[in-house]
Amino acid sequence: MDGDADVAMTTEPLDWKFSQVFGERAAGEDVQEVDIISAIEFDKTGDHLATGDRGGRVVLFERTDGIDGGVHRRVLEAMDCSSSQHPEFHYKTEFQSHEPEFDYLKSLEIEEKINKIRWCQTANNAMFLLSTNDKTIKFWKVQEKKIKKMCNFNLDHPPKQTINGFVSTSNVPTSYKTCFTNGGSNDNPLNFRSNHLSSRGITYLHLPTVTSHETSLLARCRKTYAHAHDYHINSISNNSDCETFISADDLRINLWNLEISSQSFNIVDKKPANMEDLTEVITSAEFHPSHCNMLAYSSSKGSIRLIDLRQSALCDTHSKLFEEHEAPGSRSFFSDIISSISDIKFSKGGRYMLSRDYMTLKMWDINMGPGPVATFQVHEHLRPKLCDLYENDAIFDKFECCLSGDGQRVATGSYSNIFRVFGCSEGSTEATTLEATKNPTRRQIQTPPRFLRSPGNNSHGGSDDINGNSFDLTTKLLHLAWHPSENSIACAASNSLYMYYA
Amino acid sequence: MSMVDEPLYPIAVLIDELKNDDIQLRLNSIRKLSTIARALGEERTRKELIPFLSENNDDDDEVLLAMAEELGVFIPYVGGLEYAHVLLPPLETLCTVEETCVRDKAVESLCRIGSQMRENDLVDWFIPLVKRLAAGEWFTARVSACGLFHIAYPSASELLKAELRTIYSQLCQDDMPMVRRSASTNLGKFAATVEPAYLKTDVMQIFEDLTQDDQDSVRLLAVEGCAALGKLLEPQDCIAHILPVIVIFSQDSTIDQLLPIFLSLLKDEFPDVRLNIISKLDQVNQVIGIDLLSQSLLPAIVELAEDRHWRVRLAIIEYIPLLASQLGVGFFDDKLGALCMQWLQDKVYSIREAAANNLKRLAEEFGPDWAMQHIVPQVLEMVNNPHYLYRMTILSAISLLAPVMGSEITCSKLLPVVVTLAKDRVANIRFNVAKVLQSFIPIVDQSMMEKTVRPCLVELAEDPDVDVRYFSKQALEAIDQVMMTA
Repeated sequence: MDGDADVAMTTEPLDWKFSQVFGERAAGEDVQEVDIISAIEFDKTGDHLATGDRGGRVVLFERTDGIDGGVHRRVLEAMDCSSSQHPEFHYKTEFQSHEPEFDYLKSLEIEEKINKIRWCQTANNAMFLLSTNDKTIKFWKVQEKKIKKMCNFNLDHPPKQTINGFVSTSNVPTSYKTCFTNGGSNDNPLNFRSNHLSSRGITYLHLPTVTSHETSLLARCRKTYAHAHDYHINSISNNSDCETFISADDLRINLWNLEISSQSFNIVDKKPANMEDLTEVITSAEFHPSHCNMLAYSSSKGSIRLIDLRQSALCDTHSKLFEEHEAPGSRSFFSDIISSISDIKFSKGGRYMLSRDYMTLKMWDINMGPGPVATFQVHEHLRPKLCDLYENDAIFDKFECCLSGDGQRVATGSYSNIFRVFGCSEGSTEATTLEATKNPTRRQIQTPPRFLRSPGNNSHGGSDDINGNSFDLTTKLLHLAWHPSENSIACAASNSLYMYYA
Repeated sequence: MSMVDEPLYPIAVLIDELKNDDIQLRLNSIRKLSTIARALGEERTRKELIPFLSENNDDDDEVLLAMAEELGVFIPYVGGLEYAHVLLPPLETLCTVEETCVRDKAVESLCRIGSQMRENDLVDWFIPLVKRLAAGEWFTARVSACGLFHIAYPSASELLKAELRTIYSQLCQDDMPMVRRSASTNLGKFAATVEPAYLKTDVMQIFEDLTQDDQDSVRLLAVEGCAALGKLLEPQDCIAHILPVIVIFSQDSTIDQLLPIFLSLLKDEFPDVRLNIISKLDQVNQVIGIDLLSQSLLPAIVELAEDRHWRVRLAIIEYIPLLASQLGVGFFDDKLGALCMQWLQDKVYSIREAAANNLKRLAEEFGPDWAMQHIVPQVLEMVNNPHYLYRMTILSAISLLAPVMGSEITCSKLLPVVVTLAKDRVANIRFNVAKVLQSFIPIVDQSMMEKTVRPCLVELAEDPDVDVRYFSKQALEAIDQVMMTA
């Protein structure tokens, strides 16, 4: 089972087409900071998509095109016919996941920005997901709830307050009169139709009936996993046992049980005794997709550690270390910074890991090592500009990466709202560049070089790409996700969500 | 059971509050369900209240939990056992909610009702419910189903039983780890209802599959089922099936789970189970290691040394030399020495015999010097026991120890005691003395032979008892033969 999904095959480059866009900015419209998308995640089936933004909201999308002329889309795919429709999603619901908070002890603001979203096991037609900001993880349940309208109550206006004490009478109903503990008389203060009950007796007691059955989507926070991290949470990951998950911050990784929010186990602690000795922090962590005891975490020094939970309770020593030894002579002042891994992902079969550092994508085989088995240059033309990128802090941007469900391709984002798709199967030279617009392949058409820095507009921070086109460092495509079973990519260009299919 | 004199108004309020916006009011009403039921009467409760509650399956967890609990004791309010089955539909729905505590309570209530239901009602209503849950689309239903098999199985027909066993086996191989965990947890309870013939085949197969599951959590829960299964199986099956699994587990680094299991098996009410664990203790020792073994198992072993069943005591005694050799002298002195002496005075002959042998092996293990300090004095003290059978044991022990202790000690310490016993008032003792003296021939030196042994035997040859004369004459002849060949 392990690695079957990752069998290498030579394949043709994919032809990407635009599918949909959500939240597209009109020309000239300013982007609201709070609307900028900060997390994207498909669920296991690929029928739902969740996005999180800087304002702490989570928006859910649902696939609509499941049925194609009566035959299910998957059946069509199996028969290798092209579907007449391309994958389409529609907006389903949204909810406010996190609110901004203030840590009074440290006098620090805690941003509500959603750092990561991870889907959990579906149950009973409800969707479950974990969302996290810098400090707190929340477990959300989204479900269609029936809004029941009740009618036919026993009493016209059921009393809102409980009446203290009941006077017990052994009277037969016909002589029953309303009695109150304070001895008040029958003035019908509650519009109680005493005549009704007293005349018809006990047989009139009945149960209220439900009339309307409207449904609406309701999101409820079922659990809050808080106060377990001193530093900013950068990752969460569900375990294959569907019972536990990890959360990782700069120095520690904690193991939680979904049912228990009051405590967690610390399994990795990289905090040195003397903080001045700190040289390396944790940047990303993920559980192996099928081995419930194995997880990987990446560091700011470009290494990935594989740890086995069965070895010991505190897994500070790794069972396997992956890192690339840099060729001597190619080291520069920026080598350390650009080697920091910003994201790691396991392939579906669990045999391979994909990592993203500032300049490249690297593929690692967990059975081999310690170096990567493949390296893809994402935006090599930026290498001469590292100095500028350092000065405007762009060198610290954290790009995400993703693998296709069949393990044959990988994708990651870059600047100017570009994302790149590489073929990672044996012998593949596929390297596609697409822009997050309605016309994704626009960039592949040669355009004459233009001046990019207009006088007085240095703050735009542009740079040259291979074609000499303007390269906008403010439009960075950090977040993207690949559909689990189809060649469909969702990516975020600031506040807009673009979807492409091939 | 309807009481017409219940006040109407509060009942009306309670009923309406079942659907109030305020959760506290709803909770309050649910907790007073029995009051509402009594007011409505049995028939209306069955026909109106229960269906009304069945629709109420998406309320808050607290309310659902209270409802599950109330329904578990609702049989009287629906008209008795005859109508118990009407309570099943709302509980079935509660078994499928995703909040674990509500599901667990619903399963508990279903079990409570099911254990009271009549057999044909179980077949008509309960078993189909279990099958429906086990085939549920969502894992929540299947998780709950696992907890109901032990109630459903006993009342089923042969055909249905086979079906239920198959379904349980499928649940143990479910895609979702949660279902497999639930199946693992409930295996012990289910197995207790299964017939021995199927235990060995179907249930053990299920157990072995679970112990090889990918998920750590499933295997761990299966190990806990070891103890329960161990009790149900014949001892030989226990060894054949359970212990190998335990050996595998110990290599699985899940060793902390094993010791409690061992301890519980050692305290099992069936002596056979205890016996088998003990007889395999050396295997266990290889796996667990002697330190852990002695720390944790020693109290249990000491307890077993005084077990009512003599075969259990026997098994422990036979294990002592091994334990001694591995734990060393110091440890032995502390804990086990006293036990070994105690056994010499056990009521059962086999134990006494084994105890004597045990002393010999210990002397061999630790050497004559140690034995001289720790065994011999105590043994010799017991020679004056008023009951002749115990004196016999001592005699036997002495005869066993002599070859190990060597000539000097035998001559100086043991021989005098034996000679004293030659004057015992019980004939059996006296003729055994003769036999023992005969066995001393190779050990004792010649001068001793002439000085002490021969005179003693000569005296015994004149004994009133025919057996004493016989054996002492034999011993004298043996001495003569040795003298001649010397």
